[in-house]
Amino acid sequence: MFKIIRAEFLAPGIKRFVIEAPRIARKQKPGQFVILRIYEEGERIPVTIENSDPERGTVNIVVQAAGKTTELLNTLNTGDQILDVVGPLGKPSEIAKYGTVVVVGGGVGTAMAYPTAAALKRAGNRVISIVGARNKELVILEPEMRAVSDAVMITTDDGSYADKGFVTDKLRQLIQNGTRIDLVVAVGPIVMMKAIAEMTRKENIHTVVSLNPIMIDGTGMCGGCRVLIDGKSEFACVDGPEFDAHRVDFAVLVQRNSMYRDAEQRSLAEFHRCRSEAVTRDLEHAAAAVSAGPQGEQP
Amino acid sequence: MSPTAKKSVNPLPMKERMKVPRQVMPEQPAEERAHNFTEVNLGYSAELAQQEAARCLECAKPTCTENCPVGVKVKEFVELIVVGDFLGAAAKIREDNVLPAVTGRVCPQEDHCEGKCLLSKKVKPLGIGYLERFVADYEKRMGTHVVPSVPPTGKKIAVVGSGPSGLTVAGDLVQKGHKVRVFEALHELGGVLVYGIPEFRLPKQIIREQLDYMREMGVEFETDVVVGRTVTIDDLMGEEGYDAVYVGTGAGLPQFMNIPGEHFNGVYSANEFLTRINLMKAYKFPTYDEPMLDLQGKDVAVIGGGNTALDAIRSALRLGARKAYVIYRRSDAEMPARAEEVHHARQEGIDFQMLTAPVEFLSDGKGWLTGARCVRMELGEPDASGRRRPVPMQGSEFDLPLSVAVIAIGTSANPIVQSTTPGLGTNKRGYIQASEETQRTTRKGVFAGGDIVTGSATVILAMGAGRRAAKSIHEYLTTGEW
Repeated sequence: MFKIIRAEFLAPGIKRFVIEAPRIARKQKPGQFVILRIYEEGERIPVTIENSDPERGTVNIVVQAAGKTTELLNTLNTGDQILDVVGPLGKPSEIAKYGTVVVVGGGVGTAMAYPTAAALKRAGNRVISIVGARNKELVILEPEMRAVSDAVMITTDDGSYADKGFVTDKLRQLIQNGTRIDLVVAVGPIVMMKAIAEMTRKENIHTVVSLNPIMIDGTGMCGGCRVLIDGKSEFACVDGPEFDAHRVDFAVLVQRNSMYRDAEQRSLAEFHRCRSEAVTRDLEHAAAAVSAGPQGEQP
Repeated sequence: MSPTAKKSVNPLPMKERMKVPRQVMPEQPAEERAHNFTEVNLGYSAELAQQEAARCLECAKPTCTENCPVGVKVKEFVELIVVGDFLGAAAKIREDNVLPAVTGRVCPQEDHCEGKCLLSKKVKPLGIGYLERFVADYEKRMGTHVVPSVPPTGKKIAVVGSGPSGLTVAGDLVQKGHKVRVFEALHELGGVLVYGIPEFRLPKQIIREQLDYMREMGVEFETDVVVGRTVTIDDLMGEEGYDAVYVGTGAGLPQFMNIPGEHFNGVYSANEFLTRINLMKAYKFPTYDEPMLDLQGKDVAVIGGGNTALDAIRSALRLGARKAYVIYRRSDAEMPARAEEVHHARQEGIDFQMLTAPVEFLSDGKGWLTGARCVRMELGEPDASGRRRPVPMQGSEFDLPLSVAVIAIGTSANPIVQSTTPGLGTNKRGYIQASEETQRTTRKGVFAGGDIVTGSATVILAMGAGRRAAKSIHEYLTTGEW
């Protein structure tokens, strides 16, 4: 059992949990992730590590509600327990002094990009961060990213905050301005990473993306997380999750991630139905309690 | 190997013993069991067990024990069955084997004890596996077993992996008075016994019981620890103060065939397919959250001819597959799966496409599997493995419609421990180098055994390595000599 020390929403549907996990906290490096399982019948899902505190023995994870497990996770609060948390998994980001590095975080991917940006900054790089979100409310970790970047550019799809547009627009601007870029690190939705890979391929800029395929054990045993890299199967959990963006077959990643879409939707719908029934039940209870009047006052 | 002249407890005259037929293992009818996950073999009754035990020829030099990787004293435990001391028989087995209920079910006895049974020269060998299973189950039913108590030595051993070899090391060393802690990467203990072998061959309850027994003996367990990631071997031997470490991390990365279409939705590795079913209970979706593709009324094939392949396809059948094929590129004679499993699978209606290999997977154009293009093979000259090499037959291509294909052609070394442990030598295939005699690695205080040393093998061979390792770890901890 892993105890939740603190839980807070960073944005609607995106929650940060500080979890007591001393072993993981001591080992975690940027680019790595954990796999968790909430309860006995639960599935194992990979989750982003945003930061960790080895002294306190805590790990921060960031979760965006997208399916049953993540929605359920986001109902947990301080003091609750998570049944299993295992990690840190995957190879850490390759941190070195490259020169100028552009770190791109799209949506909740910013949480994964943040520790890598911080480590790259500590390694002496000039870090330009581009953070993108659908709208103002979904921009996360802006102060954290500012603290570890030489410059931060923010885009929102609807223009409700900072510049209207996509992260790729900002990257294109940097390239067109003649900014010398030695490395691009991009973490976010697959379409975003693919668009960035296509853009930097033309410019011959080394680009690293962090992939999030379907995964079970996370230790190389099951092979469920295989991704096509230069036409060959590699395992995101032991060979990745970071890969050279120019070698990744994004179309296959999209296709494989759709494998259980029907089941996922069914699971989520079931979960919503159960919850609304529970809420209705609670409301009926409350209504019954109100109509019955305060207990103990009836003669 | 000649029958002993010593006075026997067995009332049956020696010459009569060959005349008693091998007692048949009662099993669930094939048509019934093809639709459920309940165990296929039902186990001997006490009567059947005693009748079978009476067949033992009591060889002066028992080749059965010599050929057992863990050295179970077969003749002695069988004698105890003859006289009706079933608990004594169980205790006798436990002297050498900490998992008798497991090996009684999944050990390929035909390659070990039973394969060398003197009876088998004339008639069917003694049912040693069935007898082992009987006494282990009897002991469980009685709810009494002896937990040996030994004075503590003050030494601490970390065991990496809770599969058959790790559990054997832990069981043997705790009985020597050492403190043992087992680290497991998954959320459940048992390694391949829980994620790999299906319920109908090895009920999970059996493993839970064996683990409870080990806990009673004092073995400690910690799940959710990936050694090499969560903690390193250096950490274990350094700040965590372990005197020795045993690495039994098991079979590694599943191998794929590298043929076109292997990434289509519907193509699984056997490890993933079996893990979803056995460990994650995906077939109970949506009660359990982990999904898997619905196999009801679908055509499913497994590629490969080992026990894992059969476990996968027989699971698919039980989950409602309409057609369930085994596609194997050689012939029956070369098939590595246990004869009993092949027999059971045939009874259940598995369609064996022998001397056949897929060359390409086919899809609907949207990334979903629709079939496999296969070729027929013929056997040529023996290859490096000594088995006749399959050669594709010209013009034999055909398409087999499939919704799900499961690839069960073996595994390669998992690199996590090796790549995070300086000084730990590996062979050219990436497996950990360890002495065949002592299981010592190139790193002082670190021992290794099982599939992470040999590549994919069997439960009993992994347990054999565990036994040797436990013996040499004990020696090392006693003498301090490396």
